[in-house]
Order: sequence, then C-alpha cells, then structure tokens
Amino acid sequence: MKKRWYDYLWIASALYLILGFFNILFAWVGLLCFFIPLFLAIAGWDKVYCNRYCGRGQLFALIGGRLGLSRKKDVPAFLKSKWFRYGFLVFFFIMFFLMLWNTYLVFSGTRELKQVVTLLWTFKLPWHWAYHGTAVPAWAAQFSFGFYSVMLTSTVLGLITMVLFKPRSWCVYCPMGTMTQLICKAKKHE
Amino acid sequence: MVRRKAAVDVSLCVACGCCVKVCPKNAISVFKGIYAVVDEALCVGCGKCGKECPASVITMKEAEA
Repeated sequence: MKKRWYDYLWIASALYLILGFFNILFAWVGLLCFFIPLFLAIAGWDKVYCNRYCGRGQLFALIGGRLGLSRKKDVPAFLKSKWFRYGFLVFFFIMFFLMLWNTYLVFSGTRELKQVVTLLWTFKLPWHWAYHGTAVPAWAAQFSFGFYSVMLTSTVLGLITMVLFKPRSWCVYCPMGTMTQLICKAKKHE
Repeated sequence: MVRRKAAVDVSLCVACGCCVKVCPKNAISVFKGIYAVVDEALCVGCGKCGKECPASVITMKEAEA
C-alpha cells in the first residue's frame, strides 16, 4: 500500500523518547499524545488517532511486526476484559494526578525538584544529565520528569506485551484508546 | 456455496484499526470509533486481519455466500 505522511509518525515517537534522554523539557511535547486523540474523538473524528496517527502503535508494529520482535501470540483473556481495561485507565488516571500533585508541591515550594524518572511507578532512575538548570521554573521541570516517567513507563509496558503477545498488544489496554473509545460510545448514545 | 469471512467479536474490539491497515480489499472499517465492521461483500476471508488484531477478536467463519 502507498505510504502516507502519517505512516512515518513512529519516527516522532522514537525521537520523543530519545530527546527526553538529553533534555527532559522535551517531555512537554508529549502532551500532544494526550490532547490530540481526545480532541479528535470529541470533535467527531472518532478513533482516527489510533487508526492512523498513533506513532507509538506504528513503532510497536514496526519492531514487533516488521523486525519480528514479537511472539505473535494471543493476549490473555483478562487483558482484553472490560474490568482490566477500565481498571487500568483508572489506575493510570490516579498515577497521573499524583504526578500533577507532585508538580504542584514543587510549584508551591513545599518540595524540592527531584531529578529522577520513575519507571513502572516504582524504580527511580537517575536522570540529572537531562536537566540543564534554571531556564524554566522548577515546577515545569518537575512536570517534565513526571510526564516523561508516564511516557517511558507506558512504552516499556507496551514493549513487554509486544514481545510476549501481538506487536500492538499495548493498543488493547492503552488508556488513551480506552478513553477515546468510551467517548465514541457516549457520543453514539447522545 | 460456503465461503470464509472475517467475523469481529464487537464486544471485545478495541477499535484500534490494525485490521483496517492490513486488509488488502479495504473490506474493514471502524464503526464510529467503537468497533470494526467487515463488509462481507468485499471480504475474501484471507485472515490477515485476524492475525494482526492485537486483541485476537477476529475469527474466520464459514458464511453462506
């Protein structure tokens, strides 16, 4: 099939993770992956983001599919069940708001900026080399570290399920995908 | 005559659109962002969509044609 410009968005997704390794402030750009799918779903373009523009999905399809780094087995039944998908969405939301709360604590001066990236909500990775000082307020840097943690964690989860199951297994429990599908369901009942 | 056609379990479909991308006949679309639907008139039952589907909710069913 003929390749379109949006078939190369996996490059943007890969670049995002790489840039965050050198300057954590690039993490802010990742907000696009939150706002664009929500905007498109609400504005009547349904799930065109998942279907066409999701660079992360393309990246998994490339590494797992074309490069073959996937067992290509079925995902376990629980992973595609409603309770797991909605449960993971709720969990993701809670962790996201905790991250925003940490940003607020730095903003209010209650807490100092922590130059760490937290992987899988548990492991604190040193990441100080990606922070170059005081060009932005401390809270904006804290948000960068927090948001990059969210993006890296979800990518790592996606890579694990890519290897174990189908390349784009992440799509089954992707919180953004679950959310946009819920929006589409709600709109249908309007 | 009996032919193989793709059938989607719509209750478990996540509407990601992976099936749409691989269908050589453009026989699948995502209905209102909720689930995938197969146009049985176009489907040749090749099974590519079922292989690609991350949730493995597309199966090949025998259908009267």
